[in-house]
Order: sequence, then C-alpha cells, then structure tokens
Amino acid sequence: MRSSLCALWLLLLPLLVVAQQRVLPLDQLRSGLHFAGSDVRALQADEFGNPGQLALQRGEQRWSEAVGPAGKSCFQCHGGVAQSMRGVAARYPAVDARSGRLLNLEDRIAQCRQVHQQGPALVLESEDLLALSLYVTRASAGLPLRVEVSGPASAHLLEGERLFMQRRGQLNLACTHCHDQNQGRRFYTDALSQGQPNAYPLYRLEWQKLGSLERRLRGCLVGVRAELPDWGALEMRQLALYLGWRGAGLPVEAPAVRK
Amino acid sequence: MFSGTLLSLSQMLDPLVRGRPLSESGLRLELPVLADNGLLVPVRVVVDSPMTESDHVTHLYLLSQRNPVTQMAVFHLGPWSGRAEVATRLRLAGSQKVVALARMSDDTYRWRQAEVIVTESACVDGS
Amino acid sequence: MTQARLLLPQRVAPGEVVKARLLVAHPMETGYLQDLAGKTIPRNIIRELSCEYGGRQVFRVEPSSGIAGNPLFEFCFRAQFSGELLVRWVDDEGRVGQLRQSLRVQPAA
Repeated sequence: MRSSLCALWLLLLPLLVVAQQRVLPLDQLRSGLHFAGSDVRALQADEFGNPGQLALQRGEQRWSEAVGPAGKSCFQCHGGVAQSMRGVAARYPAVDARSGRLLNLEDRIAQCRQVHQQGPALVLESEDLLALSLYVTRASAGLPLRVEVSGPASAHLLEGERLFMQRRGQLNLACTHCHDQNQGRRFYTDALSQGQPNAYPLYRLEWQKLGSLERRLRGCLVGVRAELPDWGALEMRQLALYLGWRGAGLPVEAPAVRK
Repeated sequence: MFSGTLLSLSQMLDPLVRGRPLSESGLRLELPVLADNGLLVPVRVVVDSPMTESDHVTHLYLLSQRNPVTQMAVFHLGPWSGRAEVATRLRLAGSQKVVALARMSDDTYRWRQAEVIVTESACVDGS
Repeated sequence: MTQARLLLPQRVAPGEVVKARLLVAHPMETGYLQDLAGKTIPRNIIRELSCEYGGRQVFRVEPSSGIAGNPLFEFCFRAQFSGELLVRWVDDEGRVGQLRQSLRVQPAA
C-alpha cells in the first residue's frame, strides 16, 4: 500500500511541477503577427506572393523525391502530407522514442532521412531541410500548439524554463525581460513580441529567406551579445520546448512572414 | 558604397530625361509611408495611358535617392501591355525619396516621388 | 534548380488585359554583405527577366540590387489567343532560369 502511494506521488510529481502558473493567460496569447506591421501582415496573407510559398513549393518537390540506395521518397512511406503529417508539427519539439533525445521537427526529418531513406544528410538550416520542415508544418496550419511536457519531456521543460529566465550576454538580459515583462512596448523601433514559436520555420525579411526557430533564437542571443552555442545544441531545443508549452493553444501559421 | 549621400531630384532625373518635357501628372506611385523592413518594400506604379500604338509607355524607371545603385529597375512596356501597371518589391538602404519615371512614346516624361521611412531592426541579426 | 511561380487568371476573354504575378526564387545577392566569417558574398542579381507570349515579348525588366530577394513582378499584357507564356531570366553568374505556363483564352459564352 505505501509503495503504491509512493509510486502514485512519483507519477503525479511531473504533473504538479508543470501545473505552475502560466505567465501568459491563454486568452492573452498573441502570435508575432499581432505585433507585425501592415506590410508584413499583407505579405503573409498574400496566398500567391507570400515569399515563403517558394520554399513550400520546394518542400513539396523534396517530399516526392526518391533518395538513397532504395530510392525511397517521403511520399512512399507517408503518403500525402496533409493527412499523414496533420498535427505533427504542433507537438514538436518532442522526445524521440527511437533515440531518447529531444528533437525539434528539423532534427526529426533529418533523422528520418538518415535512418529510413539512408540518403544524403539534411544539414541543419539547409534550404532543403527547411523546405521540408515548412511543408510538414503546413499540414498543421491552424491547429493549436500542443507539446508533450510529461514523462521524459518534463525535465527538459524545467531546463527550458530556467534558460528562459536566465540572464545572458553583455546586455545581461533574459528572454523574460523583453518577452514577458515588456511585450508590446517599443525596443527602438520594433514592437517587442511575446516571442511565440507558432510560426516557424518562417520567411524573415531580415534573412531574405526561410529560417528556423533555432536561427531566430540565435539571433536573439546575438542581440544580447551572448556567446552562441553550436548548431543542434540541446539547450536550444529545451528552450523551444518551453516556448511551445508557454504558447500552447496558439494556432500554427505556415508559411509565415516576419520582418 | 554611396548609400550615405542623398541625391537631389535633379541628379536622379536629368540623366534619363535629358531636357525632354517632364510633368508630374498622370502617374500614380504607391509605397508605404513606413517600411516594415528596408529589405522588402512593396511598390506599385500605374501610368494613365491608353497603351495604343501611338500613345503608350515605353519605359518605367524606379529610382532611389540613397541606394548605392540609383536605378533600381527599368521596365520595358509597349502597346502589347494593355495597361501601364507594374508592381515589385524594393530594397531601400534607409529612409529616402523613391521616384517613378515613365517615358512615353512621344519622348515626353512623367514622374512622381514618394518619401519612405525605413527603420532598422532593433536587434542586429548576426545569426 | 530553377524555381518560380506564375499566377494567371483561369479564364480570359480575347482582347482582355491580363495581370500576371510572378515570384522568382533568387537570392538577389547585392555584393555588399559579408558572411559570418567576414568574407564578402559575391554579387548575383537577376540582370534581365522577360516574358514571351506566343513568341512575342510582352514584358521585360532589368532589375538591380535595389530589387528585393525572391523578387515579385506584376505586369499586364493583352491576351488574344490561348498559348504558352515563357518567362526567362539570367543572372550575373550567367545562370538561366525559365518557367512555362499556358494561358487559356476563351470567347465569352
């Protein structure tokens, strides 16, 4: 009896840990689009002229492309993206059952390429990987973000939260200072957003191309003059997981445009 | 790079117009007053012209007051165009005047200017 | 890999003025930027882009670095017959891109 009560507590503990006060109440969640200027909003709404559409087209081509010694395409295993990938992007980053690692969507696609297709590696932030990621994310457009934070993910979530609150860089700022405490206010000429992850990968005008959430987070680190971790760093994924939990409920946008 | 210098309207127009008749009417230039990002500024130009064999636009220039390269684009039109309307997306190196200049089939010119404010991103993205 | 998309109206009456929207995947490198290692990224701009319709040129633009990356162009032309549109462009590296798309012109019912 005592041992099963203990077991019950251990089971419930992760739930208790994450059932903490939401910083942003659900009804106050705002996508970056809300803080964007009218031109950016018009670009995103432009069904044809949205600059992300070119990458989406590229992703569509990659999905049907046979790669590797067995000449497998994504389509061969998964079929049409709209049905097979519906809801998938909304729950990343996630702990991968196969490797036990916390993976973001780009990692997962690259892993699939390596393990199942045995094709040429999809390098992080490469045009092909981003295009595929956008194509898969599109299948979740309009669906709410919903990352898994219990079980093996709970430790990552706690670490992600710690990273979000940690001061860093020469400017000695934490994410929370801008994106929780000063969201909506002007930082020079920019309106500070809530720092939501629901629209990635997206076309950033500053980059003149599609880029991942990891790239954007690295951009923030540059902004506070912090040292950059290596590409693929676990801490970036832990932070992304926390952002996904913090923004849970926000609809996925794809292809999104930001300045 | 010369993006610090602001050209005068005369410096922008004279090399193309070369003393031909120039008027400010019959051309509409659409640009945002405040650009979200200088790397992509949507622009539309419409010239009031029947676009017939005897009366049409032959060239449409988009000129920058401050960019390193003044002539951002030149469009070649003709009676086959049916309508003298073009749109594109500009790169603007800072706040400046943008000039649209149309050359008509009778070698006269029309022009219009617009002032665009371009702000820099707060976080310089070195990602 | 050449990539572009062209938007044309579905059904056009003869003599109607068509507005075409063209989006081209091209970095339009200005030649002013440096990569993170400090090396200047060489200039590579689309030097000329043209559109032919029924073998005749109906649009031509000569962009410069002042046109945004992944450029969008909107232009008009008078449509008389069903036929193919051929968009071609060449950049500073001499690379040629093209896109073909057919246009349906039907007499009004």
